[in-house]
Amino acid sequence: MTKSRVVLITGVSRYLGGRLASMLSADSSIERLIGVDVVPPRQDVGRTEFVRADIRNPIIAKVIASAHVDTVVHMSVIATPFGAGGRTAMKEINVIGTMQLLAACQKAPSLQKLVVRSTTAVYGSSSRDPALFTEGMEPRVQFRTGYGKDSTEVEGYVRGLGRRRPDVDVTLLRFANFIGPRIDTPLTRYFSLPVVPRVFGFDPRVQFVHEDDGVEVLRRSVIEEHRGTFNVAGSGVLLLSQAIRRAGRPALQIPSPAVSAVGSLFRRAGLVDFSPEQMQFLTFGRGVDVTRLEQDFGYQPAFTTLEAFDDFVTGRGLTRYIDPERVAGIEQRVLAQVERRRPVNA
Amino acid sequence: MPEARVIPIEGRDGGDATPRRGRRTERCEAIGADGQRCKSKAVAEGLCGAHLEEQERAAVHAAAPDWERKLAGAMAFVRRRVTGDYPIDDFGFDPDLTENVLLAGIRPLYDKYFRVEARGLDNIPNEGGALVVANHSGTIPIDALMTQLAIYDHHPAHRHLRMLGADLVFKSPVIAPLARKTGSTLACNEDAERMLTGGELAGVWPEGFKGIGKPFSERYRLQRFGRGGFVSAALRAGVPIIPCSIVGAEEIYPIVGNVKVLARLLGLPYLPVTPFFPLLGPLGLLPLPSKWIIEFGEPIPTDSLGPGSADDPMLVFNLTDQVREVIQQTLYKLLLARRSVFF
Repeated sequence: MTKSRVVLITGVSRYLGGRLASMLSADSSIERLIGVDVVPPRQDVGRTEFVRADIRNPIIAKVIASAHVDTVVHMSVIATPFGAGGRTAMKEINVIGTMQLLAACQKAPSLQKLVVRSTTAVYGSSSRDPALFTEGMEPRVQFRTGYGKDSTEVEGYVRGLGRRRPDVDVTLLRFANFIGPRIDTPLTRYFSLPVVPRVFGFDPRVQFVHEDDGVEVLRRSVIEEHRGTFNVAGSGVLLLSQAIRRAGRPALQIPSPAVSAVGSLFRRAGLVDFSPEQMQFLTFGRGVDVTRLEQDFGYQPAFTTLEAFDDFVTGRGLTRYIDPERVAGIEQRVLAQVERRRPVNA
Repeated sequence: MPEARVIPIEGRDGGDATPRRGRRTERCEAIGADGQRCKSKAVAEGLCGAHLEEQERAAVHAAAPDWERKLAGAMAFVRRRVTGDYPIDDFGFDPDLTENVLLAGIRPLYDKYFRVEARGLDNIPNEGGALVVANHSGTIPIDALMTQLAIYDHHPAHRHLRMLGADLVFKSPVIAPLARKTGSTLACNEDAERMLTGGELAGVWPEGFKGIGKPFSERYRLQRFGRGGFVSAALRAGVPIIPCSIVGAEEIYPIVGNVKVLARLLGLPYLPVTPFFPLLGPLGLLPLPSKWIIEFGEPIPTDSLGPGSADDPMLVFNLTDQVREVIQQTLYKLLLARRSVFF
């Protein structure tokens, strides 16, 4: 297998795509970098040539053919209907866009490698879930709508391409929820709320992947050879209540009958996206097994889930309303008071 | 002041900060938490200002009366809870909360109310994976909690019993997070295997709702042992199975009736009627103070059978029956020796 020479990245104008493009720009073994998106990138993407195109457009096939693209990194599956303009548009971009892109890929003789960003949302979230999902496990729930369903369909098409083009190395990366000082996701906005609402009577386990680790895994997938499906997450889990405490925020427990009402209120106010799927996640949580990433892929994430979350809190400069230093200070003052009042007789 | 965090609350690490007497040096002799010697200039007794203060405080803590040390411990606990500074394992187990609050909460029930007598604890290994299999009874799963406390309090290694719970547990609000925090996880093959191969001591009550919700007339008669999934999990992990027989739990809420229609309406597996509930209202929820015996039997090794044996249904059935038989016989033996239900 020859090394990647001409790399095409879809979704380059979004945070992760842009960071990957700027990192690959520094790699001299890569001849050409082509970034595709519907809006121009706002962050520095190095020497990436930007092509303004929708992946649903046949232009994409021409770009792949004329530039002799050998590596395609597909990162333009979107998680929320927020910026896309509704659920229908989101599904259109995710599923139809992927189908078009993969159709173009299948026709391109130059193609040697396909790297797809997927999500651990494909495992769903329910009370019957095992503690940790490995790559071979199926979701315990039936998806009706949302990111998880789109991603499951995208993965299906990707596997189809893998069958029809066995010469292409397909790397499918299932990322846990991204977190970090710079990335903006529904969850980072959720944890930045002054009072964090959560579902009464449930305390889900949540797992994060630090943005730096995520980009590094993508970079290695491009320049190295890693065929297969991998869960990508920081090791360990956090309880949602614990994460909220570490962010120094008060939590507000909302009884489940009121959850959907409150969720849509937040959604309409444009604060945080609480899709039904997201609510399910915030009720039952999810954890994935990262043994395959650490052993087969050979990457040990620099941040555990807990470290990634702490880096988000400190790096983002979130004001901790419940400040750990102050809590420790109160503790010591009380103990000092007690000591002072002790009768001297010993 | 960041150094303040490393002060040993119990004063047990105080020895490290003690300087050698009779020798005066320019530099502080204290050794920090990182194992490096403090670089500051000494002011008195071979210690720098900060370490001198720390040593004095440690000495004061060591001399502190018992209640003050308890207060310090409690306050440290509250600080950890408020700031989220405690470890959680992959299953959601929160040892800090379990040891300090939840187990402490049921200890009076164990010691004073049911006066539980734990036997055969030496059959539980000090380390490594093992599977405790027990009979289930008592309308609500207090027997599981008592078994967990018996092992944590009275086993020399103070191990945590990691219970494998039913679907309903993880569906129910309030109960679901409590179950995970006390170390339980869903009774599915994936989790059972992950726990056992991870070297945990897992506990399973294979009769499930059939056992716990059976009428009083069928007390101490074991129900079907599920589909033997626990046996195949133990076989795959190659860990021993420890049969466990619990006597006393059957009598805490004697079920004389079952309101099936209402139970189905509420999505519950059964809705018990006892002689006191719902007749006496909330008072009827008080369990009867029976005397309990929890006996752990001799471990049944599985490692010699090999991991492939889990795919041999006949072997799994036979092993399941063997475990069931051991528990049933032990129950009869214990019942014969029992003087009365309450003493």
